[in-house]
Amino acid sequence: MKAFSYGRAKSVADAAIAASKPGVKIIAGGTNLLDLMKLQVETPSTLVDINRLPLDTIEETSEGGLRIGALVRNSDLAADPRVRRHYGVLSRALLAGASAQLRNKATTAGNLLQRTRCYYFYDVTKPCNKRVPGSGCSALAGFNRIHAVLGGSEACIATHPSDMAVAMRALDAKVEAIDHEGNTRTIPIADFHTLPSRTPEIETTLNSGEIVTAVTLPPPPPGAQVYRKVRDRASYAFALVSVAAIVDSVHGRIRSARLAFGGLAPKPWRVTTAEQKLTNATAGTTTFDAAADAVLESARGYGSNDFKIPLTRRTLHGVLGEITRT
Amino acid sequence: MEMDGPVGANALDAEKIVGKPLDRIDGRLKVTGGAHYAYEMQQNALYGFVVEASIARGRMASIETMKAERSPGVKLVLTYRNAPKQGTGNHREAHPVLTGPVVSRYGEPVAFVVAETFEQARAAAYLVDVKYDRERGQYALPHHLALARVPHQPDGAPADSEVGNFSDAYASAPVQIDVSYSTPLQSHAMMEPHATLAMWDGDKLILHTANQMLNQGQRVVASTLNIPIGNVRLVSPFIGGGFGGKLWVNADAILAAIASRYLKRPVKVALTRQQIFHVTTHRSDTIQRIRVGTDRDGRIAAIGHDVFSGNLPSEQVYEAAALQTRSLYAGPNRLTRHRLVPLDIPVASSMRAPGEAVGLLALECAMDELAEKLKLDPIELRIRNEPAEDPERHIPYSSRHLVACMQEGARRFGWDKRNSTPGQVRNGRWLVGMGMSAGTRGNPLRFSRATVRLDPDGIATVRMAMTDIGTGTYTILAQIAAEMLGLPIERVRVDLGDTIFPEAAGSGGSFGAASSGSALFEACHALREKLAGLAGMDPNTARFGDGHIATGERSVSLTELVGSGVEADGEIKPGRNNQDFSQQSYGAHFAEVGVDQDTGEVRLRRMLGVFAAGRVLNAKTARSQAIGGMVFGVGAALHEDLVLDPRFGYFVNHDLAEYHVPVHADIPASLEAVFLPELDERSNPLKSKGIGELGICGAGAAIANAVYNACGARIRNYPITLDKVLASLPDQA
Ligand SMILES: Cc1cc2nc3c(=O)[nH]c(=O)nc-3n(C[C@H](O)[C@H](O)[C@H](O)COP(=O)(O)OP(=O)(O)OC[C@H]3O[C@@H](n4cnc5c(N)ncnc54)[C@H](O)[C@@H]3O)c2cc1C
Ligand code: SF4
Repeated sequence: MKAFSYGRAKSVADAAIAASKPGVKIIAGGTNLLDLMKLQVETPSTLVDINRLPLDTIEETSEGGLRIGALVRNSDLAADPRVRRHYGVLSRALLAGASAQLRNKATTAGNLLQRTRCYYFYDVTKPCNKRVPGSGCSALAGFNRIHAVLGGSEACIATHPSDMAVAMRALDAKVEAIDHEGNTRTIPIADFHTLPSRTPEIETTLNSGEIVTAVTLPPPPPGAQVYRKVRDRASYAFALVSVAAIVDSVHGRIRSARLAFGGLAPKPWRVTTAEQKLTNATAGTTTFDAAADAVLESARGYGSNDFKIPLTRRTLHGVLGEITRT
Repeated sequence: MEMDGPVGANALDAEKIVGKPLDRIDGRLKVTGGAHYAYEMQQNALYGFVVEASIARGRMASIETMKAERSPGVKLVLTYRNAPKQGTGNHREAHPVLTGPVVSRYGEPVAFVVAETFEQARAAAYLVDVKYDRERGQYALPHHLALARVPHQPDGAPADSEVGNFSDAYASAPVQIDVSYSTPLQSHAMMEPHATLAMWDGDKLILHTANQMLNQGQRVVASTLNIPIGNVRLVSPFIGGGFGGKLWVNADAILAAIASRYLKRPVKVALTRQQIFHVTTHRSDTIQRIRVGTDRDGRIAAIGHDVFSGNLPSEQVYEAAALQTRSLYAGPNRLTRHRLVPLDIPVASSMRAPGEAVGLLALECAMDELAEKLKLDPIELRIRNEPAEDPERHIPYSSRHLVACMQEGARRFGWDKRNSTPGQVRNGRWLVGMGMSAGTRGNPLRFSRATVRLDPDGIATVRMAMTDIGTGTYTILAQIAAEMLGLPIERVRVDLGDTIFPEAAGSGGSFGAASSGSALFEACHALREKLAGLAGMDPNTARFGDGHIATGERSVSLTELVGSGVEADGEIKPGRNNQDFSQQSYGAHFAEVGVDQDTGEVRLRRMLGVFAAGRVLNAKTARSQAIGGMVFGVGAALHEDLVLDPRFGYFVNHDLAEYHVPVHADIPASLEAVFLPELDERSNPLKSKGIGELGICGAGAAIANAVYNACGARIRNYPITLDKVLASLPDQA
């Protein structure tokens, strides 16, 4: 860990101004940032602590949705009765993540902005384009069991590890941000995370110095909600594949469907064509296969992650079977 | 005492205190933070941080330390340029560090930075700039089998064994199986990291260090630093798990000792979690081939087990995965062979039941495959091959109740409800299956000494350089002394973990309790004789109880007898019983798993281990140890997998987020361990057998066999992760 200076932001504006300076990093729960600093993957010269800012409430919006403050802890969000009742997919996704201790610390914004778990990214002695642009990608021809089969590039095939963000993607959440001049804007979650292309070091569309203040959820969509996380052990493991599904169906007749995937891509993944295949279709193998085909159309494995392609198909099949039976 | 002949009736047979499920006597200290581990010792110490080699083979072209030296708080940067010359040898003889510019394995320390604070040392460590000339190396075991050689491990069993004529008997057997299994690289993953606080008093060195075998450690430190053994003291009263990873001295101890001598101040260091994977030892991966030929009734005519494992070219330690195959089942024609492949990766050494833990993952699944081929129940197959004597050494077993373990386990587990056709049982989304396995582990005894002293305050104090790595050694030793001397357990004080005390075997290889407990038994026996002498009683008929010694009507309080205190020593040595009797502990494991029909995720639903391992010294700590071992079995079967990247010669997933061990959610509430009553007259005066590692042995195989029974996936390369199971799953409706 490199020596750094530490300050506590007095206001959101204060934090945004501080964050616009080079070398400055916001610290929220610190569960990701501090680990990376200990390994010198992140080497900020200044930490701005936002934990005392009043961004820790969940409020109902006038549209009938929820506005979740950037500092709401993952545990609190998962346990909120409104979330549990109307956004079950989000509650379950949160509870499927990390461990109870981590969730008590982890914040909404920190979770969205957590960085990949790629093994090579974590080891500063190994080439990694995301950490050191241009140094090469060790995962492409290396051990890539946890890596992306969709949306990656020749520069980087890291996945975004969040469970929470997958549910938010299915819910069409919006991210609110503020910059150092006090300008606010709202970014649909679909546009929040970026694909690596040739610049894997850029992971979101946040401008430098822009900080996240809240995430809003639109009114709950119709239908049943399921979050299924497939992993190597029963808890405390990142998703190999996860599916957030919101499907409105009656007697096997699907009216609408939303599907978001984790573990597959550099960002929470959604495929409109797959959802279209399900809309107004009859639940069953043919329909599910068509949806899976659409999801996996451009999928490619890199060796140790090849299994994610059949696994995604099977998981999706299982989830759709379960959700359309209820 | 040497173990020659049977033990006979003795003072422990009453089992008034020994065997009882007593709480750990050090439990309160541990949960209140009163038990101090090596890194917690406060001695105004400086802090060290290790810089690891980031190549696996080659040499340093340059090493630039100026920036680190000028970094705030830094007192010393040790490299090969300023490190002293040290003794050499394999990792069980010496542990020299910073010996030169040559790098022979990934993670080898190349510098050691010492500063006023931990943070300063860590920050400066990243400023040490090393340029390497990389050389090509051999890293992956499967790629280099052609280089295999016969290992010569001087203190270990011979690498090969042969009885009868295996190849002819196998070739002519009407039923044959020939299967290959592989097990992955594994890391100990104990809770407490390797840590040392080193300080010098003149030319005497004191190391507070996390170490399982202090007297061995003392020798290794002395021969590394070229100082007399008497000038080295190791102190290690509490150890947060070792699992074999702390059997031998690691770099933390030597680096801290050298730096402390140089700086004339105490120096402490703890390896980071990530560093442990490369800087210390691991378990080699194995490739195993098992061939069994039987008659049509399943009676073994020929059994063969070939094992490949890897280690540094300078090491002889191999993974003895075929050891149990030499004695577990009958059969006249036998062949076992271990081959060692020289690899340029970190040192492979003992980890959690070395040998059996991974050997049984292969052998006991092969037996399951054989049972299926013969259309026999797996237990019946094993019973048909129950030997009357050790089939290779042609000597009797000291005690062996494997069949009883299997039968009792079958009864308790409901084995008769198992459907022997795979893939038939469903529970919602889950395909459910049952599997079983036999388990066995050698029962070693090692030289140990102990002192016990009774003071006028009525307190008996036990002293020995034994360790308690979390297993309950303090408690069982207190129970033995209390039972022998007729004292309540609160009146016994146990001092362990210091080489100023009498030499003891330490904790490892399932020899700890038997060796240290027997030495203590002997010491207590000697003390009883002294006390009887003082009381003018016949030691053979005197009764000890309630703090008194009595004979006939006469009873004397011990506190009145001892004057200013009476002390006695005891000693145990393995004797002829080792050659005359085949000594193993036994068990049987039963597992029920669910396999997710969509994803292939395997989850354990319930598990039972039934063991026969001589006298149980404490029913509670024994059960905990057995359950812990079974959890290791779960990890070995389903999770643990240290992945080598052959491009870099390093372990990719070197942290606990990605090196998976089972977590609570992986272990069902219904995981139970049961011990059958057994006394072993030939093992040691306690009539106990080693149970430190028995719980591991066979546990993983029972799970693997249950996976097969659940879904028909016979996965022969561990761990059984879902990607390997996927192809065997039924089509989705
Ligand atoms: C062992 C382990 C297992 C885990 N398992 C899972 C899992 O299974 N699933 C899962 O989803 N997650 C998992 N996590 C990750 C965990 O969810 C994240 O670490 C956590 O959500 C990060 O939140 P935080 O508040 O601690 O972020 P921090 O570490 O404080 O910050 C993370 C990043 O976000 C930035 N940041 C924080 N707040 C703001 C803001 N308001 N505006 C702008 N930037 C900001 C920081 O500068 C930093 O770059 C795991 C973590 C660990 C250590
Ligand atoms: S996948 Fe991305 S994060 Fe991982 S090594 Fe390649 S560039 Fe780095």
